Amino acid sequence: MRNDEDVVRARHRVRELAQQAGLRLVDQTKFVTAVSELARNTIVHGGGGRLHAGLLHDGARQGVYATFEDDGPGIPDIQMALTDGFSTGTGLGLGFGGARRLVNEFDARPNPTGGTIVRVATWR
Amino acid sequence: MDRVNRIPILKLGHLLLVSIQVDMHDRMALALQEDLAERISQTGARGVLIDISGLEFIDSFIGRMLSDIAGIARVLDAETVVVGMRPVVAITLVDLGLTLPGVRTALTVERGMDMLPPPTAVEDLDDEEEAESAGDR
Repeated sequence: MRNDEDVVRARHRVRELAQQAGLRLVDQTKFVTAVSELARNTIVHGGGGRLHAGLLHDGARQGVYATFEDDGPGIPDIQMALTDGFSTGTGLGLGFGGARRLVNEFDARPNPTGGTIVRVATWR
Repeated sequence: MDRVNRIPILKLGHLLLVSIQVDMHDRMALALQEDLAERISQTGARGVLIDISGLEFIDSFIGRMLSDIAGIARVLDAETVVVGMRPVVAITLVDLGLTLPGVRTALTVERGMDMLPPPTAVEDLDDEEEAESAGDR
């Protein structure tokens, strides 16, 4: 992901997956919105990066996940970054904390090779 | 901004009407903000109606665009009403923590129009931009 058109592509791809996973419309919308926030974060703060997304299976349960990996400077204090109002760049500072409220699972950690890895998932 | 697809802005009597029917990338949203400011200034429109019934989500960027448009319109002496938000979009917006400061909303276009200033005889809009807006901008 390098630019804002890639953010649109990420939204479309993840919408398809969320539909395939059988998520309700409101959960699809929340997941897509979270992905939009995180994809833009990856580009604006991480200088671009990679998105992996797919379906999850746990017995009869189905879900969808998305992982964002960037090679940017990383986030010094991830806990702080999850606080509403925290922002290092342009925007409303809702990107991280806001996205976390829209999904079932949220995990952000430093990438061993530099940068940040953020993983989100929502189950049906 | 040359290669950016633009959202059309239609003149509806003394109002400007924008209907967002596509998934906008960020530059498209910024272009809409600039185009609207320009059209309000050119036409002297007193009201702007933004139909978002086609929007399947609102993230912080689009939310900020809507707030900014309302703020820009206000200092250009025009009022803005955002209409047609889908219920799932409203739920997501609140979860995300967005409050759309300064943005007035209505459920339908009709109710939105009722919230905007009524037309007056002396406020007929300048028509010279009409051909351009009806074209492929």
